[in-house]
Order: sequence, then C-alpha cells, then structure tokens
Amino acid sequence: MAEASRLNLPAAPNTGAKPRTVGRAEPVLVVRAVIIVFILLFWEAIAQSGLLYRDVVPSLLAIGAAIVKLLSAPDYYWHLWVTASEVGAGLIVGGLSGLLIGLALGGNRVLSKAFEPYLYYLGPTPKIIFFPVMIMWFGVGPGSKIAMGAISCFFPIALSTAAGMRQIDKVLIRVGQSFRASAWQMATKIYLPAMRHPIINGVRLGLGVAIIGTLLAETKLSNQGVGFLIIQAYSLFDMPRMYAMLIVLFVLAIGANALVGRLGGLSAIRQL
Amino acid sequence: MNAAALTRSRIFPLALGLGALAAAILAVEALIRIGVINRFIVPLPSQIALAFERVIVEEDIAGRFRLTLFEAFTAGAMITVVGVSVGLLLFRINILRQATETWVAALASAPTVLMYPLFLVIFGRSAWTIIMMGFVAGVPPVILKTIEGLTGTRRVLINVGKSFNLTGPQLFAKILFPAALPTIFVGIRLGLIFTLINVVGVEFLINFGGLGQLINDLAERYDLPGTYAAISFVILVSVCFFVLTEWIERWLRPVD
Repeated sequence: MAEASRLNLPAAPNTGAKPRTVGRAEPVLVVRAVIIVFILLFWEAIAQSGLLYRDVVPSLLAIGAAIVKLLSAPDYYWHLWVTASEVGAGLIVGGLSGLLIGLALGGNRVLSKAFEPYLYYLGPTPKIIFFPVMIMWFGVGPGSKIAMGAISCFFPIALSTAAGMRQIDKVLIRVGQSFRASAWQMATKIYLPAMRHPIINGVRLGLGVAIIGTLLAETKLSNQGVGFLIIQAYSLFDMPRMYAMLIVLFVLAIGANALVGRLGGLSAIRQL
Repeated sequence: MNAAALTRSRIFPLALGLGALAAAILAVEALIRIGVINRFIVPLPSQIALAFERVIVEEDIAGRFRLTLFEAFTAGAMITVVGVSVGLLLFRINILRQATETWVAALASAPTVLMYPLFLVIFGRSAWTIIMMGFVAGVPPVILKTIEGLTGTRRVLINVGKSFNLTGPQLFAKILFPAALPTIFVGIRLGLIFTLINVVGVEFLINFGGLGQLINDLAERYDLPGTYAAISFVILVSVCFFVLTEWIERWLRPVD
C-alpha cells in the first residue's frame, strides 16, 4: 500500500519519465500491449463462458457502460466531493500534526530516541481497528472519517519529516547561523526548503493511506461518500457498477498521488 | 548529566519514553475520574487493564489469535511461493520484467484493500476472502524484492561461479539464490506486514474471523473497556510480529 515507499519499496512508476532508448522501449511496449490484450480477451472469454456466476465477471462492454453511466451521474460527483473533503481535512489535521511531531523528533536526539520507536512500531498496525473508537469520539458522521484519514496519514508524515530533518546538510544550518538568522528565518529559509523532498514524499504516502483509511471507514459505516457507494453496489449485487467505481477510484488515487508530487516539484528536485 | 551525555545515554531516552507513556495513562485516568473526560466515551485505563483478563478468558482470544495467525500465514505462504516464483520468472525473462515491473510497483502502492467487497462476492464471507485480500496486498513487495535481490548479485560472485564452469541451475542454486536471499526476505517481511494489516483489517470490516472480528463484536456490544483492550492486544501482536520479522531480517543480512 502507500506505506510501501517508507518501507523502501520501489516508487510507483513515473509516467513522465522518458524511455532510455527508443530501440529498447519498442519491444517492451509491444509486450505490454500483448499482455493487456491477452488479459482483456481472457476476461471477456470468462464473462461469456458462464463458468463463473453471472455478473461476478461482467463483460467489458457492461463495465465500460457502467463507467460512462457513473461518470455522467451528478450524484456520483457529490459523493466524490464528500470523500475528497474528508480526505483533505484528514490530510490537513494528520499532516500538520505529523509535521510538528516530525520536526520535534528530528530536531532533538533524545526525543527521537525516546518516542520515535513508538511511531515506528505503531505505523504498520492496521489503523481501521481504531474506527470504533473514532465513532465514539467523533460520531458516525464525517468527523470519524476525517479522524481515520488523519490517524492514517500521521505516521508516514511524522516519520518522513523526522528522517528528513536529520538528513539536512549541517553546512546549510551553519550558513544560516553565520547570517544570524532568527528561528523563523531558519525554519522558512533553511529547514523547510532543505526538507522539501522528504516532506513531499511523506505527504504522498500520507495521502495514499488517508484515502484508504477514509474509504474503508465509509464502507464500514456511512451514508455518503465513494466508500458508501462501493458497499451499496455490493449490497445490490451491481457488479458492473462496483468494478466501474473501483477502476475510477484507482485512477483517481494514482492521479492524486502524481499531482501531489508534481505540485511539490518532486521531479524538479530529482533533477538537481 | 549534560545534554551530550543525555543524547548518548541508552537508558535515559527509554526511561523518558516509558515514563511519558505512564504519565499520559495516569493523566487520562485522573481526567476521567474528575469528569473532564466522559467515561462513557473513554473508559478508565484501570478498567481496560482489568478487561484484558475477561477478554482473554471469555472471548477465546487464543482461538481467535490462532485463526488470524492461520489466515496470515496461509496468505504468507502464498505470497512467498507466488512472489518468489514470479520474481524468478521476471528475472529470467528480461523483456517481461521491463514490461511489467512498473505495473507491479504500481500495484504495491494501489489501494487494493478497497477491493474487499469484490472478493466478498467472489469468495463469500469466508476465511478465503480474508486470505486472498492478504495475498493481493502482500505479493507485490515479494516480487519486487526478489527481482532486486537477483539482479543485485555482485558480478564477482557470478564470475567465480562461471570460472568453476557451473551450469545455469548450479549457478542459480549456489550463487544467485543464496546471494539474493537476504533481499528476498526483506520482501517477504514487507509482504507479511501488509498481509497482517489487511487480514486484521478485513476481519474487522466483514465481521468474520479472529482478532479483527473480536474488536467489531465488542464495539457493537458497547463493551468499551473490552474494545480498548482488544485494540491494545492487536497493536501488541502487530508490534511483536514487526519486531520478530525485523530481527530475522537482521540475522539474515550479510555482514559488511
């Protein structure tokens, strides 16, 4: 999942990257096209064969029609807006608290040794188990979903910020001190620019897990949002609609992740 | 003791961390007792501590723990077999690796857990839904780390093997696989962590199985101390699992 990068997994593909050599890229593209065509044909063959229960594997045409129907329904955008606002609010709350805690831990070795192991070991626990507690604290409305988003994104952002703070080049700090920069100037001119890369990475990871946390909470207990729509499609056994929503959701999640990286200038940083 | 000595000390940060945790628990206990925090929303920490025994005895926590462990390890065995095999295949067929490695990486960061309603339809409300969700979440890191481990084998080791006229399978069995094993284990460890997260999470979401279902059950009965105790137990299990796999990973890592 989104915690992948923190755990040193290769990052998701950079769609903007240029192929190294054109001659090498062409056979790869052909293989990719063959694989995609094979999967689609296999899927359609299974759908038409009746080997599985009807609608468990709907035809590609039915899924395509469901995607068009979903995207042309104004109702869907309202639910999407609800989920997006919950994820956004969760990211703001969890992100800012993660940033502050990360700065405190990264800037002080004693605090880091004392408290960072707790964050490190609590980070990979399944956050959805806190949902009953969040319902008791914040109610069954959007508050508990925002809290789930916040609690999910807090850990990767805090850990990434703390690690980034420790990696700042000491020369940059000494330059700031030699100019007699105030604490605010040090923070805005030295620390935050130098930590841009780890913070953006943390936000990208945080965004991924905030989306998951919020949507899972919506599937568990909600009457609005995309998670609610997914579980509603399951209850009604409307499989083409469920596939359509999952496909659109995956595209949106990957797009949002790429957008955060682009807005944060991650590609520009990498070129330096 | 000055600041530098505090930074170097091993005991002080540990004591500070544990002390702060104990102080926070005592503060919550006091705030609930004086009525600042509503005890119908947050139970007394002392009640949570007492609830541990009740949850362990009355809720068959050992049986639930075994079931969760069974689901996690079935999925773990599957991600190991499938992940390492696919990783080997992609390592052997370079064009296939170039074509699909980025897809596997994308799958590793995709919110696959949201497919659980789909798996519910396919596998029903059974342990297989949970196992398959764990499998889907855990297999990409194993594939990626298997490829990384095999491609990262030092050239000098391969040359030594070739100088001994080792055949392809011998080179793989004697050089490539042992050299890649620590990295492959990193992938298996990551996969197991993702698997465990998904197993417990889906158990909670579909209200079926072991520890995840226990939390859901206790919450639906509005047994607050029990719910908090069960959540604490799951956190404890996750942390122990994480520490254990980290320890094995360190043990396998070659000495530089």
